[in-house]
Amino acid sequence: MSIPSYWRSRQQRLALVGEVCPTCESKLFPPHDICPHCGGPAKTRFAFCGRGTVYSFSQVNAAPGGYEAYAPYVVALIALDEGPLLTAQLTDVSPDAVYIGMPVEMVTRQMRQDGEQGLVHYSYKFRPLLERVQS
Amino acid sequence: MRDVAIIGIGQTPVGEHWEVALRDLAAQAVQAALVDARIERPQMLFVGNMLAPMLSNQQNLGALVADHAGLRGIEAYKVEAACASGAAAVRMAYLAVAGGACDVALACGVEKMTDGGPDQATTALASAADALYEAEHGLSFVAINALLMQRYMHEFGWRHEDFAPFAINAHQNAATNPNAMFPRPITREQYVRARPVAEPITLLDASGMGDGAAAVVLASAELAASLGGPLVRVAASAAATDSVAVHDRQEPLFLQGMHTSAQRAYAEAGIAPADLDFFELHDAFTIMSALSLEACGFAPRGRGVALALDGAITRQGRLPICTLGGLKARGHPVGASGVYQIVEAVLQLRGQAGPNQLPGCRLGMAQSIGGSGANVITHILERVS
Repeated sequence: MSIPSYWRSRQQRLALVGEVCPTCESKLFPPHDICPHCGGPAKTRFAFCGRGTVYSFSQVNAAPGGYEAYAPYVVALIALDEGPLLTAQLTDVSPDAVYIGMPVEMVTRQMRQDGEQGLVHYSYKFRPLLERVQS
Repeated sequence: MRDVAIIGIGQTPVGEHWEVALRDLAAQAVQAALVDARIERPQMLFVGNMLAPMLSNQQNLGALVADHAGLRGIEAYKVEAACASGAAAVRMAYLAVAGGACDVALACGVEKMTDGGPDQATTALASAADALYEAEHGLSFVAINALLMQRYMHEFGWRHEDFAPFAINAHQNAATNPNAMFPRPITREQYVRARPVAEPITLLDASGMGDGAAAVVLASAELAASLGGPLVRVAASAAATDSVAVHDRQEPLFLQGMHTSAQRAYAEAGIAPADLDFFELHDAFTIMSALSLEACGFAPRGRGVALALDGAITRQGRLPICTLGGLKARGHPVGASGVYQIVEAVLQLRGQAGPNQLPGCRLGMAQSIGGSGANVITHILERVS
């Protein structure tokens, strides 16, 4: 991904900001600007809470260019608590421990680096939901 | 719109053509189709291709292929719809003839996978997915299909080995196809033991990438009748889209774009699914075969695998699929595969499919998928006696 493209999508990648449709109230991630459900304009920003469950998962052994150094890694479709599905990597979890329905939460992680001098890409990944401790 | 017929077909074997450049591979298929059609020069050329810009640094394929196939001067373009590029080229040629823009159009699908290494091909194929929100997260195209297969197995209770008949059938049919990349049968044991690529997808769930080119000549039915020769009518040519990203779909396990594409084709041909004698479906992965049978109305949701386990998909079954090996075993030269399917359907309808001939077939369907269900192009072909 180019630097302009990375910069343009920083809100989505680092803060999980999508959109909500003012007409049918669908929550949209990634953003569409035009609601795919009702066809109306949907440019109202909406920050997702970052929690969801694993809808499906797989392990990538033969990685595409730029990701070879990270393979094998686990990828998943996540059903966000607010409704939409998104595609992301899982992190901080053994592949054998992943199951469909597993509760997960969003964290910011390094995705890859374009060489020694190049851009370091950060984005959302999902890890098993940590238990909250009462203080 | 007027009636259109396919009057010529040509193909090269699918495989590793180290000694042949993309332009020459395409020219071989084009020349073969023109000889078969007994036509010297079509009026328009549509070239289906996906990967040449990335693997061969080559755009402008319309002019390039026209020139090297001895057709310099004609109107020509490249058509792109990811893995369905070849079928899209056929549909453009169909529209050109049906709409009256010309009387004879040629569609050629060509792909030169070996111009890049396997890693380059993996990266290039991922461009069929959503670059910003799928590929950017490190998903290969195989991984996206693996997510669908994992969920399908979970939701409907199938085991991985239940998908074996799709791969076994494809290889069985490829064994007697001289143009197939993997012309040998495989056993259930081989399927079960195959190496995982992206769990649950293994090497024997995935189609084989290879070089290849195929071409078809389309003409107005009137002109086709005057030329004599075996007549295959395009009974329907239809297409529909869905979101590129799987996560943007309401129901990922039901391919809505495919369903719409097939329904449009059935309506245009005035037939029901049960009327079809065979189905050349897009078996890029075994899971896609199951989802195709369901979205096209041959099996209820979650039951496409059952059709395979029952033996319905073999050449002796009630709905033969991938009769010359399919993408799985004939090989999948991505942007050419959609044209190979049409060539193979024409061979069946003409009675020229050799040892793979389906006796007395009259109506066949070929369907090509761009991406993981994003662009689906369906053709129904009919033998005219």
